[in-house]
Amino acid sequence: MEVHVQPRTRTKMFCGCAVGQLGDPPNSNVCEICLGLPGTLPVINKAAVEATLKTALALNCEIPRHTKWDRKNYMYPDLPKGYQISQYDLPMSQNGFLELNGNKVRIRRVHLEEDTGKLVHAGDKLQKAWESYVDLNRAGVPLMEIVSEPDLSSAEEARDYAIELRTLLRTIGVSEAEMENGQMRAEPNISIRRPGEELGVKTELKNINSFRALYRAIGYEVERQTKLIESGGTVVQETRGWSEPEQRTFSQRNKEFAEDYRYFPEPDLPALELRPEWIEGLRRELPELPRARREKLVSVHGLPASDVAIIAADRELADLFEGAVAAGAPAKPTANWIVGEIAPTGKLPSPSNLAELVNLVSEGGITRDQGREVLVESVESGRTPAEIVAEHGYAQVSDEAHLRTVAEAVIDANPRAVADYRAGKKQAMQALMADLRKRAPQANPKMSSEVLLRLLG
Amino acid sequence: MTDLTELTINEAARHLRMGSFSAADLVTAHIERIERLDHHVKAFLRFTPELWEKQADEADRKIKAGEGGPLTGIPMAVKDVLCVRGVETTAGSKILRGFRPPYTGTAVSRLFEAGAVMLGVTNCDEFAMGSSTENSGYFPTHNPWSLDRVPGGSSGGSAAAVAAGEAIFSLGTDTGGSIRQPAALCGVVGMKPTYGRVSRYGLIAFASSLDQIGPFTRSVDDAALVLSVMAGNDPLDATSSDRPGKEVLNNYGGDVKGMRLGVPREYYDVQGVEPGVKAAIDNAIKVLRDQGAEIVDVSLPHTDYGLAVYYIIAPAECSSNLARFDGVRYGMSEVDAPNITEAYMQTRRKGFGPEVRRRVMLGTYALSTGYYDAYYLKAQKVRTLIKRDFDEAFQKCDAVISATSPTVAFPLGAKTQDPISMYLCDVLTLGGNLAGLPGISVPCGTSEDLPVGLQVLGPQWGENLVLRVARAYEQASGVKAEVASIV
Repeated sequence: MEVHVQPRTRTKMFCGCAVGQLGDPPNSNVCEICLGLPGTLPVINKAAVEATLKTALALNCEIPRHTKWDRKNYMYPDLPKGYQISQYDLPMSQNGFLELNGNKVRIRRVHLEEDTGKLVHAGDKLQKAWESYVDLNRAGVPLMEIVSEPDLSSAEEARDYAIELRTLLRTIGVSEAEMENGQMRAEPNISIRRPGEELGVKTELKNINSFRALYRAIGYEVERQTKLIESGGTVVQETRGWSEPEQRTFSQRNKEFAEDYRYFPEPDLPALELRPEWIEGLRRELPELPRARREKLVSVHGLPASDVAIIAADRELADLFEGAVAAGAPAKPTANWIVGEIAPTGKLPSPSNLAELVNLVSEGGITRDQGREVLVESVESGRTPAEIVAEHGYAQVSDEAHLRTVAEAVIDANPRAVADYRAGKKQAMQALMADLRKRAPQANPKMSSEVLLRLLG
Repeated sequence: MTDLTELTINEAARHLRMGSFSAADLVTAHIERIERLDHHVKAFLRFTPELWEKQADEADRKIKAGEGGPLTGIPMAVKDVLCVRGVETTAGSKILRGFRPPYTGTAVSRLFEAGAVMLGVTNCDEFAMGSSTENSGYFPTHNPWSLDRVPGGSSGGSAAAVAAGEAIFSLGTDTGGSIRQPAALCGVVGMKPTYGRVSRYGLIAFASSLDQIGPFTRSVDDAALVLSVMAGNDPLDATSSDRPGKEVLNNYGGDVKGMRLGVPREYYDVQGVEPGVKAAIDNAIKVLRDQGAEIVDVSLPHTDYGLAVYYIIAPAECSSNLARFDGVRYGMSEVDAPNITEAYMQTRRKGFGPEVRRRVMLGTYALSTGYYDAYYLKAQKVRTLIKRDFDEAFQKCDAVISATSPTVAFPLGAKTQDPISMYLCDVLTLGGNLAGLPGISVPCGTSEDLPVGLQVLGPQWGENLVLRVARAYEQASGVKAEVASIV
């Protein structure tokens, strides 16, 4: 699979233009360099190089002493210079791996190149369009290309690989890698084989812009190739597009028309020396990687896999968890709050506020429902949970005498449920507790149920 | 009264400072001469009154205020491959007709900042591909010394403008000899700097690993001055060196006593060298020896392969550099085609001349799958050997001297039907480009009443040595770049 990722940079790969955003007016982020005007020259964006090197390091790649740039020559209206500056035989890194569900997916290379512009057709397809427009905002935007070896054996694995890659890229802070925003694009190459045979002829899929589409497109393609072969046909090497509305792949470009890209070293850019001190400095800047973090969540904090999957997938959540635990909160309740309350909203309290909240609830200071309200307020205002609790007068009622009065009232008011309970229907207890909570919302739930049970004999 | 169109930069600057005439007077004198003569020479493609008026006024203001520098108010001409904001720049090609760059390249910018006044844009071979300026997409330029002969190329317009008294200095570009060869054929000084010395930003690329910008002048001092203003690192060109530009002037005014000057036997006895050219070079060698230089025999054993290597690497790079001329964004556009591929083909077939098409095809072939190793890669390896030849030669000598061109200016049309004979014009110059070395051509007499050029090549970053040898020769020989008197 080839995955293209736009590293987070302020400017384009070879000029000072802003990378801009989806939806910017056409041709608003352009200059003479990314327009490819005669006489202009490229200058390397250091931030893009460092992002690529960090990605390569996080993917356990080898970094050579030198890397160089090459021109990939082909003519298309979205390619203003008539060639794309890319890396051919001396990429910035190679021979790495990404661990996925306990298996290693080998990474062939991670290199850096520039994006092309975009064509907008008035009409259907290029051939039928009666007018076509060129938007060069994307031209020259840096793109990392991450190429895996053929180690993925199902649509599910391919999707998981892409998701894991996104998690990694976010963790090391080089890209948001949002597929929907075009910051990450996956191009799977698919071939099938009978057990023990060589890999068959492959097709390459393009236009995939979500993990779901990736999963479905591969599934569709596997089925298409299988049917083709089982009915005596052969797979042709080609590029196929994924049609989201039709949920099928379609032929885009046949191998017979494959271009000869005439790669040769880019004479406008000197080879880049990748000094070991530089590389080691970047390595030191890398945060803990998702796999190590996941292992720690299990082995040190004893979290179940379901919690780990959610917390480790997001660097901010994982940082919050570790911060709150470090501030003295118990691990499992903290994880519950993060998974149940914080992850769905995406609104994060500070680690110390979360720790305080978890402790307040766990130790019976406030109810869980009150805790939710305190969390929301704390995120909004930044004030500590203790301040909020004090202000609202939130506190659980743990006075046993008071709780007994309430419990007696509940028993009097629900003779039917009481009879059921005493007849052995233990679930009747739920109705009684619900009534108790209604009468005394601040009652300590644990003590209340104990008092109730005692009265029911 | 001094003829205002026959001065060197230094002479004109002195007069401007003394108030003998103004920058505006200097421009007027040149425009009048151009109007009188350029329909014979045809050095210029277009003129830039909007620039010269403003720049001459500004120069006069500065000179009056005592803020003028050595280039303030000096009229120059610029080869049609150097982008100047708002000025139609076409690389001598019809395909770029109407293209007005929205920016000015670094070398020209630095000259503007130094106060130079731009008169206009000079003719050249299309995309700097040629040795006679006959490949211009517009018209050929004529040699001011003999109007039925070529001025050399590709920077023929710039060389002819200086030789004809139509500009005090001009800019050219040199990819295989395109400054030095026309300088020799027109009897002016022309200098190609070390690759990376002058920023290529704004130079419409022919072959990126070979192209350099350099000056045409009437004296070695002037060449040193113009070069020193353009030289130095440019953050917009990743191949420009960090070395200080002013170092080109280090001790360049010294003599050649005790310097070792190498005469490469492969250059001395080059195929097709004319006896008159050889005699002029023998004479120049003698002048330098008399000045105390030690003349040593050196060898550049891979010289024979230079032409072949050059005609693989340069076309390969040009085939890629010229891909952007597709009619989509600027210049000629044949949009009345059934599809985009056809539009490309029609635009390029119509926009490019035969020599450009030939080189694009050669280069495309040399880079193709299955041929890359045999052509491009092999050529790069031999290029390394050619560099090594020079490295070894410079172990034995401080600079290398030879003829710039094996022949004097040849008649218009003499070689247009035979590309190989045209390519041979550059046999003594292209080694300097392949090795990235600095070189200069200075007038060293005549053969058949036509100018002959002496080439001095130096080691990488050795512009000061090259200038020193050329200047010592110029001073001792008394041979000056003169302005041709035309009709």
